[in-house]
Amino acid sequence: MSTTTPAVVLSGITKRFPGVVANSDVHLSVQVGEVHALCGENGAGKSTLMKILYGMQQPDEGTIEVAGKQVRFRTPADAIKAGIGMVHQHFMLADNLTVQENVVLGAESLHGIGGKARKRILELAKATGLTVDPGVLVERLGVADRQRVEILKVLYRGAKVIILDEPTAVLVPQEVDELFATLRGMREQGFTFLFISHKLDEVRAIADSVTVIRRGTTVGTADPKAVSSRQLAEMMVGSELPSPETRESTVTDRVVLRVENLGLVAAEGTRPVLDDIDLVVRAGEIVGIAGVEGNGQTELVETVMGIRKAHHGRVLLGDKDVTRLGTLARREAGIGYIPEDRHRQGLLLEQPLWANRILGHQTRGPVSKGQWLDLAGAKKDTRRIVDEFDVRTPGIDVAAVALSGGNQQKLVVGRELSGDPVLLIASHPTRGVDVGAQALIWDEIKNARARGLAVLLISADLDELIGLSDTIRVMLRGRLVADADPATVTPEDLGSAMTGAGATSAAVAEHAPGAAKASESEGE
Amino acid sequence: MGILRGKLLPPVLAILFSALLCGIALVVSGANPLRAFGVMLSQVGEGTTAVDIINSTGTYYIAALAVAIGFQMNLFNIGVEGQYRVAAVVAAVVGGSIALPPGLHALVIILTAAVAGALWAAVPAILKVTRGVNEVISTIMMNGLALGLAAYLIGSDVFGELRGNNIRTPEIPESGWVPGISFGSSGTVFGLVFLAALLGVGYWVMMNRTRFGFELRASGESATAAAAGGVNAKKMVLIAMLLSGAIAGLVSMPEILGRDHTYNLNFPAGIGFSGIAIALLGRNHPGGIAFAAVLWAFLDKSGLALDNVQVPREIVTIMQGAIVLSVVVAYEVVRRFELAAQQRQVGRQLGTVDAA
Repeated sequence: MSTTTPAVVLSGITKRFPGVVANSDVHLSVQVGEVHALCGENGAGKSTLMKILYGMQQPDEGTIEVAGKQVRFRTPADAIKAGIGMVHQHFMLADNLTVQENVVLGAESLHGIGGKARKRILELAKATGLTVDPGVLVERLGVADRQRVEILKVLYRGAKVIILDEPTAVLVPQEVDELFATLRGMREQGFTFLFISHKLDEVRAIADSVTVIRRGTTVGTADPKAVSSRQLAEMMVGSELPSPETRESTVTDRVVLRVENLGLVAAEGTRPVLDDIDLVVRAGEIVGIAGVEGNGQTELVETVMGIRKAHHGRVLLGDKDVTRLGTLARREAGIGYIPEDRHRQGLLLEQPLWANRILGHQTRGPVSKGQWLDLAGAKKDTRRIVDEFDVRTPGIDVAAVALSGGNQQKLVVGRELSGDPVLLIASHPTRGVDVGAQALIWDEIKNARARGLAVLLISADLDELIGLSDTIRVMLRGRLVADADPATVTPEDLGSAMTGAGATSAAVAEHAPGAAKASESEGE
Repeated sequence: MGILRGKLLPPVLAILFSALLCGIALVVSGANPLRAFGVMLSQVGEGTTAVDIINSTGTYYIAALAVAIGFQMNLFNIGVEGQYRVAAVVAAVVGGSIALPPGLHALVIILTAAVAGALWAAVPAILKVTRGVNEVISTIMMNGLALGLAAYLIGSDVFGELRGNNIRTPEIPESGWVPGISFGSSGTVFGLVFLAALLGVGYWVMMNRTRFGFELRASGESATAAAAGGVNAKKMVLIAMLLSGAIAGLVSMPEILGRDHTYNLNFPAGIGFSGIAIALLGRNHPGGIAFAAVLWAFLDKSGLALDNVQVPREIVTIMQGAIVLSVVVAYEVVRRFELAAQQRQVGRQLGTVDAA
């Protein structure tokens, strides 16, 4: 590594939030012209650290040096001035503006908004591998190109050090390779990258050095070429790794959920968001749905839950046709539901934990009797969940918002496994939770499966999907386009199928392309 | 911990702040604020003021409960004003044209008022559920319609009769009256003030102990979480609106059955709008609303004495407005502060670096 002044040095950074110490005594040194990976489990404090470096948050203690000079960033504008740019995990682009407008927005003073700006964009676009015309609307771009636009935005503002916050989370494996090629090219041109990820294979593929962060503090820096993924992972976790793998098959031939010919049209005259979905989940079986986000998984789940009304087709739970039933009736019939967004759909954040236990179960014991709530029963059962699911909380009267993400999710999982469900719909059950909670949630789902629970699992984490599922179905543009065998499929194969690039492996069996019956009718 | 701080601090701050604001306004306009406030306080002991405050409190309390039911699920029933007016006319007309034994007669009138209020609220409710019409707009428009309808119904060629220079519905026979508690020259407390108290208890039980109340609060806190939890949003809108309308229908019952025995041109206006402010100040809590209703009634009735010391009575209106504005701000500030405090407390008790 070079002996010149490092591009960025963070020393002794500590940041406290209400309830948690997000970072404590973090040390990080990034050389000029390297891709430096920052590794850690979800919730380890990576994002907080980057927000501090980008001026979105101020550290309580510690110093930041950029190119040898100590700096204090009060706002992202300060960081940008110092040549630091950030590409967020969730894109911050206006769909209805063009590429050029998005890039120039907020930086009009640099090169104006006309020809000069366009020229500068075209120059920089080459570096990022973006080949589209700056006049194209962003809504027409795919995910990978949008990401390039985001990178272009920070380059346009003069960034030399670029923070990439989990840039691969939204990409399929092939797009990841393209991104890495872009990063290597830019590295040659002297750009420095801080690459945040918890995916070790990627880190090893792209990084020149890697710093591991665990429970808010840096545990060490390693050369990714010299350490194995396993060693890195154990640095991250600090102990033995949890594994999503399910041991032996518990699949029975008793069908619990049968979805037939299910269709959903979001708006009249548009492509259906769900198109002739046929799906069977048996008792003791976990059926995983793979797909790039936004291909109808959310709609499928919400239609099965009765939150959205199916346009055509049927949903059967056991022998019972529940197509016409509302969400509550479906829950009463034995469906548990872990929603994809626990803050928006899973919890009443400002209500105490025991009130959250009632949600979704308000018509059933032990939390209610007829039209009356059974507060004593609800509190007792909440204590049970807190004990059994290791929800770390000082009591059941605190508001749900006071808990950490992992503990909130454990409460939701515990609630949804209450009342002997026959079917569990789990949407991203371990998204954004710490590794301990993840292991516990996996175990609980596996145990429930062993007891004969049928599980429909939706996840963007392909390892989780492959590890837990007995069967994988691939979803693309509202249709189930392929099946995969989790015993043999690799994430790369799944990735190809998810983008519709075609089956590259015997483990993915594509369906014969059926005639797309775009049956139009009055939808809401 | 913190219950007193969280629940009581904001309204106290808001009242003090608005008193200060009004004090400044009084000084600017050349009056002595201390003297003005003193006159208002001493007015409570004069004549029928104390009893008037109690009666007015009852009326305000019912109106605010009606509003609060909607507020619990972020449903803004601005139409309490129209609902209680329509209910009053219909109940007065029905009461004046039937003959029933005492007690039963009053009961029928009260139920009629509730049903009429609910039906008037049903229009915006159905519009919202089936066509997505914003209830704020539709209830405000229904208020306008209510005025017109009431004026039409008491026309002398419809149900009304001309008495002196006042038009009114036929008088309700004595069997339909609800006797009050007389304090001689200090006035008579309406019997139906106790109905208000009863409604408050029922409201508390409903919100805290029933499935419906839970679903209502869940819908208000997070519509998406409620939907995922199986709460039928349309059903909740419909029931909440009808219930709100039914209670709004009862707003004028203490006065009509306790004193006026008829609906006439002097019928009080604006109680529905005061109800909105009172529900806000009382934070939709039955106890808080009671306190806010007393305060409102006190300001209204004692404010009348300000004329005696050459202070414009409108200062009271300024004060009411300032209270509402500042209490909304104060609640929000305290709410955030409390959540942060609770998070800190949880963090301390767990002693974690267990990051979120």
